[in-house]
Amino acid sequence: MTASEEARPGRIALVAWSALLSVSAVLALAFGPALVVSLLLVPLRIGVPLTNAVFGGLRGLADLHRLWAVRVLGQPIPRPYRQLDGVPPIADPATWRDVRWLPVNATVGLALVGIPAGGVLLGTFGLGTILVWALAHDGGHGRAALVLMVTIAVLGGTWALIRPAMRAYGALLHWFLAPAETTRLADRIAELTETRTEALDTQAAEIRRIERDLHDGAQAKLVALGMNLGMAEKLLVQDPAAALRLLSEAKQSTGHALAELRELVRGIQPPILADRGLDGAARALVMASPLPIELLVELPGRPPAPVESAVYFALTEILTNVTKHSAATSAWIRIGYRGGRLDLMVADNGMGGAHPYPGGGLHGIQRRLAAFDGILTVASPTGGPTIITMEVPCELAAVSS
Amino acid sequence: MRAGRRVVLAEDLTLLRDGLRRLLTASGFDVVEDVDNGPELVNALVTHRPDVAVVDVRLPPTFTDEGLRAAIEARTQVPGLPVLVLSQYVEQVYAKELLAGGRTGVGYLLKDRVFDVDQFVDAVHRVADGGTVLDPEVVGRLLSRSAENNPIARLTARERQVLALVAEGRSNAGIAAALNVSLKAVDFHISNIFTKMDLPASADDNRRVLAVLSYLDI
Repeated sequence: MTASEEARPGRIALVAWSALLSVSAVLALAFGPALVVSLLLVPLRIGVPLTNAVFGGLRGLADLHRLWAVRVLGQPIPRPYRQLDGVPPIADPATWRDVRWLPVNATVGLALVGIPAGGVLLGTFGLGTILVWALAHDGGHGRAALVLMVTIAVLGGTWALIRPAMRAYGALLHWFLAPAETTRLADRIAELTETRTEALDTQAAEIRRIERDLHDGAQAKLVALGMNLGMAEKLLVQDPAAALRLLSEAKQSTGHALAELRELVRGIQPPILADRGLDGAARALVMASPLPIELLVELPGRPPAPVESAVYFALTEILTNVTKHSAATSAWIRIGYRGGRLDLMVADNGMGGAHPYPGGGLHGIQRRLAAFDGILTVASPTGGPTIITMEVPCELAAVSS
Repeated sequence: MRAGRRVVLAEDLTLLRDGLRRLLTASGFDVVEDVDNGPELVNALVTHRPDVAVVDVRLPPTFTDEGLRAAIEARTQVPGLPVLVLSQYVEQVYAKELLAGGRTGVGYLLKDRVFDVDQFVDAVHRVADGGTVLDPEVVGRLLSRSAENNPIARLTARERQVLALVAEGRSNAGIAAALNVSLKAVDFHISNIFTKMDLPASADDNRRVLAVLSYLDI
């Protein structure tokens, strides 16, 4: 049932629909007085549930029209209602657009939707007239010919107009029943505010972690190193053996500090990612993995550095999960770019059951990718296999070599 | 013949470049040129054809893996040119690329290894002699990766230590010194390792390294 199959619905079916929709357009006007009455009753206890029921009924009617538009015309009309954030129907601008739609539907809508049914009705009436005249041997041939010509014109016109009229009606439905641009923007702003806050929080936490690591690690080791060197300097003449011991301790301490800094740098921005991009860095991950992993990278350019980094760390985390928890014996990674999106897939033949539960690693990745409008989906039935896909919209920059 | 070996040095940080020059000169090398970027490095290597080059991975103008690329490029122009690549971090991918351009006269070490002057100088000489020197960190990761369903898993802890040192490019004497055991013990371990891994034994140090490295798929 694809949209293209349904984009050309049968004319006969449309005539039937047209009759039904015309009747419903008129009957739907009853929501008007119902709404007025229920709103007047709001001071009484019964008013609020009644109003909600009326709005619920109206939404039901609107939903039926949306369903009809997509099933019959192949024109999808997204639902505009804000349900997730607990907005009551009365405070939802989409509700009031539904209400405004009622009079328009009963006038302009009826005019459009009435064309097929009306035309057929008129045509049938014309043919009936001719038939009656013919049976009654009444009237002149001229009059009958005129009626016949008008009837043929009406039926022909209806035949030609059925589809454009219904499409125009679909457009009218879309105008009133799809989310308004302001609603869409409001949702988008809410989403951006949330992901921005998360991104800033994550960043601040990362900086705190780096500061702490430097403070407790490399900095402390350098202090100890300075002390050792200072003592070695003092002891050099009196006790060369002790000085030598201190010097070799100092050397060791330098080595540890360097190793720690290297790990820290790897956690901030792995050098191989900076050097070779996602392709090279993924290759390095695969080489370092104890599992045999098949890697396929098809990237016509380099994603922006923040995306590259987020995706790299996501990949690292997923591979760690695969190695530690999945009991997989092999895995594969595919990295590509399609339709303006960086597209990654990590699959393993392990025992499945992976799930992005709140506070878990996969959930963390989801939240970090959300800052780029990216998404992560997990398909991991119990018993395996596990397939994790990530998609991040971004532009690629040409690779200069 | 070890005295006065000619070295080309590439390092962009002045502090480290001067330090390395001092260290190499004090150890009897003749630093014929030091450069601080990739294109000049290729030029210097092709012009001087030194006995060995000591090269930092990260160099201008790209500040990525310019040094590695320059070394590989120079080795295509002067096949077999001994190059020791130094880096703040090691990657198996880079080791593989370096070895792909010929497996003799190649070294890849963390900069930290400079701390042990004697060992570092020994490594430079081994590379100049056409040997292969890999950083213990690279070798360690290779061995841990190969741990599962692999003959390496059947090696004893001591044999794994010996194998790691072989893969780093150490001679029998070097291995004996590092593990504080006799040369005879090293011989014994090595013949056991090669039997277990089903590799052809070889008296030649470097052929032995190469056998192990190709076994480790690098």
